[in-house]
Amino acid sequence: MTTGPVSIAVIKDPALRDPAWTRRVFWFVVGCVLLWPALVSTEFRPWVFFETENLKVTTRFLAEFFPPALNPEFLELVAREAWRTVAIATAGTFLALVLAIPLTLLSTTVLSVSSLSGRMHALPFVIRQLIRWLLILLRSVPELIWALVFVRVVGLGPAAGVLAIALTYAGMLGKVYGEILESGEREPATALLRNGAGRMQTFFFSILPCNAKELTSYTIYRWECAIRASTVLGFVGAGGLGQQMDNSMRMFNGSEVATMLIVFILLVGLADLLSTWMRRALQ
Amino acid sequence: MDAAGTAMSQATTDRSPSSQPQGAPRRPRHWMRLDSPVCWSLVGTVALIVLSFWSLDLQLGRVLSVESLGRMGKFLGELMSPNLEPVFLSKLLQASLDTLAMSAVGTLLAAIFGLLLAVPASRSYAGDPARWRFLTRLVLNALRAIPELVWAALLLISAGLGPFAGTLALGLHTTGVLGRLFAESIENAPQHAASALRVQGIGEGRVFLYATLPTVSPQLMSYSLYRWENNIRAAAVLGVVGGGGLGQMLSFHMGLFQMQETSSILAAMILLVILVDTLSYFARRLLSR
Repeated sequence: MTTGPVSIAVIKDPALRDPAWTRRVFWFVVGCVLLWPALVSTEFRPWVFFETENLKVTTRFLAEFFPPALNPEFLELVAREAWRTVAIATAGTFLALVLAIPLTLLSTTVLSVSSLSGRMHALPFVIRQLIRWLLILLRSVPELIWALVFVRVVGLGPAAGVLAIALTYAGMLGKVYGEILESGEREPATALLRNGAGRMQTFFFSILPCNAKELTSYTIYRWECAIRASTVLGFVGAGGLGQQMDNSMRMFNGSEVATMLIVFILLVGLADLLSTWMRRALQ
Repeated sequence: MDAAGTAMSQATTDRSPSSQPQGAPRRPRHWMRLDSPVCWSLVGTVALIVLSFWSLDLQLGRVLSVESLGRMGKFLGELMSPNLEPVFLSKLLQASLDTLAMSAVGTLLAAIFGLLLAVPASRSYAGDPARWRFLTRLVLNALRAIPELVWAALLLISAGLGPFAGTLALGLHTTGVLGRLFAESIENAPQHAASALRVQGIGEGRVFLYATLPTVSPQLMSYSLYRWENNIRAAAVLGVVGGGGLGQMLSFHMGLFQMQETSSILAAMILLVILVDTLSYFARRLLSR
């Protein structure tokens, strides 16, 4: 066998020695040294799972997963909450869109009249930059934190979730819309602007038709993400499937949690399919 | 979404009439026809939006009322005076480092287990029977479908409060994501080196280690780094349900209405996110140069 396993004896041959051996060992050691404090600060102790007390609670909880809760009243509740999750995501994405469109129009450089002749003027530049920072701020705060803040201000319920999604997603949509517009074809827009078309005319007759597919596709994708997010927001009291899941977990009710997890996975899968189908229809 | 819908219709209307002869009776435009998927998507989207607002009964009027805006203003005003005592700041720094550690360990675990699951989840050459492909993909999809926060809430039951539950939650969700991405890149890897070894009669395990893995490892690396970036953001909020790090601190102080501390923690979170974004932006520019 010429290609058999390389035995230890052969490695003594200098021609077959791994030339990168010392480097590999060095980086492995460096990795371990860096990892050690990280493991300490994350309290990485997998054996807690096997302590009898924890094991008992876990097995009891998991044993309840089967069979999932299927009594009609509970299923009705889950269906209602699942719809609310979708509704929160949809309303949030819609409000985000309403916020993002004017912000994009104000911040995109494609619609800049002064930059047609050399550099953009100072004032429009400052305004655009300020709006960009606003967008960065909006999306830097995770939606869960917005939700915590809004739960404090407007009280428990779907309004907090909708507003949280609206603000975060306005930041994301605004940024990506801007990128899409600026990476698309600019010539038609420049031609219209140079010939004296207004900014809105330019937008509706050149920029929007050029980029509509991409913009729609991204918006649909964001809606899909919003469905995931709105479930999570329920955990801080913003309504929907997440809030119910949180309640059932607090009561260690495994069978209810199992039903809701299944419904949630189906819901996300459905949104995924719908969004893929719609985006493919656009192509 | 319906504004983008109209945008879409704009695009199609601009194209369709040009092919029609002058004077011919105008046919309804393409996107308006009842058999066009665009028409139905548009109707469906508008209906979904209207139904959502109607069924949620948001009372946005009340939310945006003077009283509520005043409360919002007061809340924001309270946030303007962060707690900057050195003792608190050092606690904050520790929590930020915890968050970083959680994301790093979670991503590392996910990369390891993702790779282990990606091998059975991929059809590595044309005639590969890949018996476990369907089952492992199912597992990966389930791991991926459940968000980190839900995993954390589930794990709290068996691992208790603290960063360990958060780390594992990140790890589980990211395993699903990375496993799937890894499997895709293993399946799409160029086959030259692997088939050269395979025709020599070398076993699949060694073909993977000596040909496929070195071919795809840069891609696997960049996927893992990208997910790490995401996970830092996720780790910051994970604590809100009790998973340690900045989030746990936030929910603790916010629960006690300690607005000064809350404001410092929020600032730390935003800084962390912006820092990660900037670093990854420059790293990517450096790498793509």
